[in-house]
Amino acid sequence: MSLVTKSAAELTKAMAAKDVSAVEVVQAHLDRIDATDDQTGAWLTLTADQALADARSVDDRRSNNEKLGPLAGIPVAIKDVMCTKGTTTTAGSKILEHFIPPYDATVVANIRAADGIILGKTNMDEFAMGSSTENSAYKVCRNPWDTDRVPGGSSGGSAAAVAGFHAPLSLGTDTGGSIRQPASVTGTVGIKPTYGRASRYGLIAFASSLDQAGTFGRTVADAAAGLQVICGHDPKDSTSIPKDVPDFSEGLHNGVEGLRVGVVKQFMEGGEGVEPGVIAAVNASVERLDALGAKIVEVELPHAEYGLPAYYLIAPSEASANLSRYDGVRYGLRVDGDTTHEMMAATRAAGFGAEVKRRIMIGTYALSAGYFDAYYGQAQKVRTLIIRDFDAAFAQADVLVGPTCPTTAFGLGDKTADPLAMYLNDIYAVPASLAGMPAMSLPVGFDDAGLPVGLQLIGPLLGEGVMLQTAAALEAELDLDLTPQGPNALAAPSKDTA
Amino acid sequence: MSSDWEAVIGLEVHVELATKTKMFSACPNSFGGDPNTRVTEVDLGLPGTLPVVNGRAVEYAIKLGLALDCEIAPSSEFHRKNYFYPDMPKNYQISQYDVPICGPGHLDITLLDGTDKRVGITRVHMEEDTGKSTHVGESGRIHGAEYSLVDYNRAGVPLLECVSEPDIRSAEEAQAYLTELRAIVLALGISDAKLEEGSMRCDANVSIRPAPRAGNAHDPGEPYGTRAEIKNMNSVRSLGRAINFEITRQIDVCESGGDVIQETRHWNEDAGTTSTLRRKETLDDYRYFPDPDLVEVAPTPAWIEEIRATLPELPTATRHRLVSDYALSHADAVTLYDSGLVALLDATVSEGGDAADAARWLANEISAWQNETGEPAVERLSGAHLAQLLSLVADGTLATGGARKVLADVMAGKGTPAELAQSHAQVSDEDQIAAVIDQVIAEQADAAQKVRDGNTKAMGALVGGVMRATQGKANPGVVNKLLAEKLTTE
Amino acid sequence: MALSNDDVRHVARLAQLDLTDEEVEGLAPQLAGILAYAEKVSTVAADDVPPTSHAYPLANIFRDDDNVIEPLSPEQVVANAPEEQDNQFRVPRIIGDPT
Ligand SMILES: [Mg+2]
Ligand SMILES: [Zn+2]
Repeated sequence: MSLVTKSAAELTKAMAAKDVSAVEVVQAHLDRIDATDDQTGAWLTLTADQALADARSVDDRRSNNEKLGPLAGIPVAIKDVMCTKGTTTTAGSKILEHFIPPYDATVVANIRAADGIILGKTNMDEFAMGSSTENSAYKVCRNPWDTDRVPGGSSGGSAAAVAGFHAPLSLGTDTGGSIRQPASVTGTVGIKPTYGRASRYGLIAFASSLDQAGTFGRTVADAAAGLQVICGHDPKDSTSIPKDVPDFSEGLHNGVEGLRVGVVKQFMEGGEGVEPGVIAAVNASVERLDALGAKIVEVELPHAEYGLPAYYLIAPSEASANLSRYDGVRYGLRVDGDTTHEMMAATRAAGFGAEVKRRIMIGTYALSAGYFDAYYGQAQKVRTLIIRDFDAAFAQADVLVGPTCPTTAFGLGDKTADPLAMYLNDIYAVPASLAGMPAMSLPVGFDDAGLPVGLQLIGPLLGEGVMLQTAAALEAELDLDLTPQGPNALAAPSKDTA
Repeated sequence: MSSDWEAVIGLEVHVELATKTKMFSACPNSFGGDPNTRVTEVDLGLPGTLPVVNGRAVEYAIKLGLALDCEIAPSSEFHRKNYFYPDMPKNYQISQYDVPICGPGHLDITLLDGTDKRVGITRVHMEEDTGKSTHVGESGRIHGAEYSLVDYNRAGVPLLECVSEPDIRSAEEAQAYLTELRAIVLALGISDAKLEEGSMRCDANVSIRPAPRAGNAHDPGEPYGTRAEIKNMNSVRSLGRAINFEITRQIDVCESGGDVIQETRHWNEDAGTTSTLRRKETLDDYRYFPDPDLVEVAPTPAWIEEIRATLPELPTATRHRLVSDYALSHADAVTLYDSGLVALLDATVSEGGDAADAARWLANEISAWQNETGEPAVERLSGAHLAQLLSLVADGTLATGGARKVLADVMAGKGTPAELAQSHAQVSDEDQIAAVIDQVIAEQADAAQKVRDGNTKAMGALVGGVMRATQGKANPGVVNKLLAEKLTTE
Repeated sequence: MALSNDDVRHVARLAQLDLTDEEVEGLAPQLAGILAYAEKVSTVAADDVPPTSHAYPLANIFRDDDNVIEPLSPEQVVANAPEEQDNQFRVPRIIGDPT
């Protein structure tokens, strides 16, 4: 088997046994990117030289028997919304085309401290606003399962990179589904921890009260190992939870015997735009959980339907202020103007794409005089109602399940004309975001077209462990082959060993 | 002011806090310096950076709140105030909005005629300062500038904004309010409060309305006139001048049948006038909302009490104590307070010095020495030494003139009053003084004759002559006695 | 709910966005549609429901003022500046006062 198809856990074992060097591992992934990224468009920036130098350093330290971090030699893809010291960071926007941060985001610093090897920065919807990566100002990103389809978004590049064997592990951010939805449509595992578990310091802000970093992997164990590294209290982020992070790997083999799994009724009702194949795959996986000894209960989130509308007030409102700093004065694009304010308005007009402008406009309107109470204020109350719903559900169940999103991967261009249709991708993802709950997507099957379907698992606040435990049990039970296949799929890696 | 009108004034004072770091970043907080030398990624609002509240700034806010008898909010939050301006790195200012850390309180002022007045404090809130832009072009002012240069050293400096109720009725009251607030801030040690350098800044909201009829107060519900906000006063004196100008301007507008417009006006120190800076427009829409990067500030009662216990004696209490314990006049108490000499007075008294004598020396010679040298006297003079000096005067060892010279030598670091007394000691020896008197009478024969003719006022010139001739060392009692004897017996 | 082109222009001015007429005309119905959808929230929560700003409630997160860090060098500060002069950010003339 090729090195690139191995999981991070397998690579770690092989490198520890000195069967393979970090340089070989990194080079194999760089070669795979080189051979296939013209088809996926997953990367905005590659830092190949630095990656090889970092890999060499890991190999040197290993040969000196120095202690190495938990991700030693593991290639990692970083969403371009995370600041990387000395490496261009654009958030997928023209307005930051040449921006080079003088500091690392805390999650990036954590990856480096764990001796993970950063290969570069991945494609994304501009400022993480979107569900298809079609809002990237730079290039089209494609789904390795079908290159005529979207990889989801906004972390589409990080999802495509893992699904396409460019890296076994990647970082993304999830504000209202931006890890879970791309994971679902690319057949990868995507985890968003509890809000406040992973530091937001150095994540280019979209909606501050919702933004959370997380991981993609091809296995639950890999994604959990990455999550372990990026989580932890950070004094630079006031909303970071000052609590120790438990060992996420601990319960992965514990099975689900006796666990109460709550199936969210409101997510299973189907309706317009919901694909029957998705519901069928979710139902099938619930049956498998049942067979594994879990106690299946039906739970309700009666206010879930208000989640998406609330989200489309809260997120754009916060974004409208977060994005005010892009004005052509201190960094990024500048378009000349006769006065400073004309320069600012011209710069923002030229530097932001249509979706970003749309959300800035919604948010500005929602916060403007006379509307705060009706919009932002009401949306924050809906948040309370949704949290209460979750509290009630978690009184009945240890973990909740349902579909991650209503459909499998859709075609490029299919939803770009209708913003609301695009927003509906996140209808099942948003409630957990508003309530801050840890949530993830696990590939559990395929639709009739052979495209992957994701199961969403939601844990209680700080309850990543039970969620990961359930996912790992189901993953082992299903034992799916997650190599993209189909007529338009990205070619699988060659089988020859490095 | 024409007595037909009454001015209604409210003040908004911004105080830069003397913390070690900025409001939301660990960047050093200090005044001046080369452009952009005190800026971190947080202060520059770089993408991804986040604010973290400076705990000491919160403590200072609570201190000022307690000193102004404000209610300390059990829970308050930070809001974003959104507007685009290049001085502001994020194009929003982190400030407080509907729930400031300090709610209603008051400040008591004493006017020159000795009357007391209480001015309501609406709120004190925390916020961050902005950077500064320099306008480059012919005029150096914002109008006519070709371009501007922006320096973010000041961006993120912690500010307290203290807003008064519109309880102030004259320039004098406004000046007394600002002076008193500054004294409180200095006593608390939370800011260097320099109006000239901008570490304390005062804006005035001024309006006028018809004066109440003699003896009648306005109804509480009586509406105020349209107000103008006046900015750019950088001394207590400018504040007074600007308010007086503005009141007169508004009266002129109203009396010539016009309407005062709601606007921001700029005080021009050189011209002594205010001029329109900016009309308040309907476009003013700051879109305040709670900053999602920050969490609730909820000071516990225990923490508030801990802070209360650290409060120093506040200026009013100090001045009252000087009047009641040391029998000083209110004016002397103010002078001593403003010269920062109260601690020295207290130390002198505790070393056995007489309070009234000490206060006189402090208010005159020592305060003058401070003004001349620009140095605080406490660094050169201890309470023990001042007490020693006073007792050398009291026991006759030193005459006033000699004592002044001893003091000058003490301040110059030449020794203690006891060590220096010998060289400036008082001369009481009658033969020695009589010899000098004879000489002075010979020199000032006219004055001597006037005294002999019964004009006792002329005696002063002769005493002065003797004191000059003895370099102030002659015992004035002996001089007076001998002069009187000589000019009546001759 | 309807949004006029002038409403859109007013919001664009607040947001410091120089929109073309075409963009304004496109945005008016889009914003109206999104806001109409979002308005679902306006009736669901009773008056006594408190708002939630963060799902995980925290309070009194303060930084120790005694921990002072080294600032960026002035060269680093202006490293990404579109236009710079003497380590300051150069901008076109500024019209109007901030507040
Ligand atoms: Mg103000
Ligand atoms: Zn202010």
